[in-house]
Formats: sequence, C-alpha cells, structure tokens
Amino acid sequence: MCADKAEIARSFIQLIPQARALNMEIVEIGNGVAVIRMPYDPALIGDPDTGVIHGGAVSTLMDTCGGAATMSHPSNPGGTATISLRIDYLRGAVPGQAITARAECHHVTRSVAFVRATAHDDDPDNPVATATGTFTVERRP
Amino acid sequence: MNRRRPEPMQVVKQRRDAALCALASRVPYTRFLDITFDRRGDELTGVLNFDEKLIGNPQLPALHGGVTAAFLEVTAIISLSWAMLWEDVESGTLTLDALEAGQLPRMPKTIDFTVDYLRSGLPRDAYARAHVTRSGRRYASVRAEAWQDNHDRPIAQAHAHFLMPRKEG
Repeated sequence: MCADKAEIARSFIQLIPQARALNMEIVEIGNGVAVIRMPYDPALIGDPDTGVIHGGAVSTLMDTCGGAATMSHPSNPGGTATISLRIDYLRGAVPGQAITARAECHHVTRSVAFVRATAHDDDPDNPVATATGTFTVERRP
Repeated sequence: MNRRRPEPMQVVKQRRDAALCALASRVPYTRFLDITFDRRGDELTGVLNFDEKLIGNPQLPALHGGVTAAFLEVTAIISLSWAMLWEDVESGTLTLDALEAGQLPRMPKTIDFTVDYLRSGLPRDAYARAHVTRSGRRYASVRAEAWQDNHDRPIAQAHAHFLMPRKEG
C-alpha cells in the first residue's frame, strides 16, 4: 500500500465518531483485507465479575473491519453498509489485552460483498471470535 | 381459600426497580453507550440515548451498525437476566438489601449473535425489546428488535444464543 493510501485509511477511521470513541486504529488495509486494533478500556467491560469486554464492542470492531475490508476491495466500491453480521464468541478476551480483528472481503458481486473475519487478543493462535458478514456495494455515481 | 394478602404496590415496585437498576447499571459498557431501561410490569424496553459518538457514517449521518448490534445484544442480555431473576424478585427471595448491595447471579454469556440491518439508524434515540424464545438450564435463545420513531419500521433485528450461568448448589 502506498503512503497516501495508508494516510487516507488512518484519517478515514478518525472520521467515524464511534471508531474514535473506541480508540480503533488501522493496522493494515488493502486488497480487500483490513486489520484493526481496539485497545482494552475498562469502560467497555460487559461482565463486571470478570472484566471481560462486552460482545457489543467486539461487534462494532468486526463491523468496522468488515466495512473497511469491503471498501479496500480492488473492485473499488463507492460506499458500503452492513446487510447482516453473524458473530461466534469462542472465548472471553483476556482483560487488559487489546483485541485485533482481521476481515477479508473474499467475494464481491455487483451488489453484495461477502466478508469473513476473526478477532484475537495477545494470543493470535487462539481467536476470541469469528464472524461472517454481507455488505452492500454502492456504485460510484 | 388461604390467599396471601398482596404486598403494598410501593414495596413491589421498589424491589423491581432496584433489581433492574442493579442489573443494568453495574455493566460499564451499558453506561458507555448510555442505554437505559423502561419497565412496565415485567416488560422491558431498552433506550439507546442518542449521542454524536454513536455515529458510524458521518455523511448520512447514521448510527454505527456495531452500535445497533451492541444495543440489541445489551437488551437481549439484560432481558434474559431479568427473566431469570423475576421469580426471586417477586417472591422476595432476593431482598432489597441484597439487590442494593449488588448481589446478583452471574450473567449469561453470548455464544453467537446474528443481526440483520433493515434500515439505516437515524441520529436520534432508538428503542429495543427482546423476547426470550427459550430459556433452558444451560442454553437460551433470544430474539430482539430495534426501532426509532415508528415501531412498525424496525431498523434491525437480531437473534442470539446464550450460555446460562450455573445455579449455585
């Protein structure tokens, strides 16, 4: 990825208020693949007994990452919106560790983008969640 | 027939509201999204109080799809926990003192969550209700729906499975 494209990607996430509220940062983007990192934040705890992050915050990370992967697909969509998203929660993310999602837009038709994603904490071999999603493909005007 | 005299309304209401408050307010993420709950009898309605930080598409503008999903998941978990607690709150097994001290059972854990987006979420408050389709000893199945101005025009629907906490003893 060329330098300005990386810069555009970083500022793109800064323009999404909810992504900014979750302190998300783009680690990698291009060719239908996006990697986004979300640091641990006690404000996002879903289970006060364990300190594990709420599934809802993981959904937002997966959704953002899926949309970013779709936008970076070589077919160059003009815009996208989520049609559906399914998430399997494999285990609770370890409290204190950042969660990193990797989404891949593996197939695109004229109107629909198909995405697979996984999320992990500090242990990349043992994912915390997997997701599949479908996204709209908006044509350029 | 030996029917027990009903408790005064204020006593019942106080215990129900304490249970709901204990349930919802102890989860930091619920406060992060500023989700509150309205209660009529045992029926709960989640309210996602709008704030600029919930926006996902600043051009439209529209709520972040992840926020809508999270709102449905929060509503599903709180509604499921509420249904789980209801009998003990009604019978008084869970006392007001215990509730105010935050003595609550462990929360259900999400196994999987599926959300369909039906319309883009407008930059204003949203509402959601969950329906516990089945609540077994180990697993529960819940569906939920969110809307804004018009209940007949939902913005999203979800269904999810949960792992129930083990009962003590």
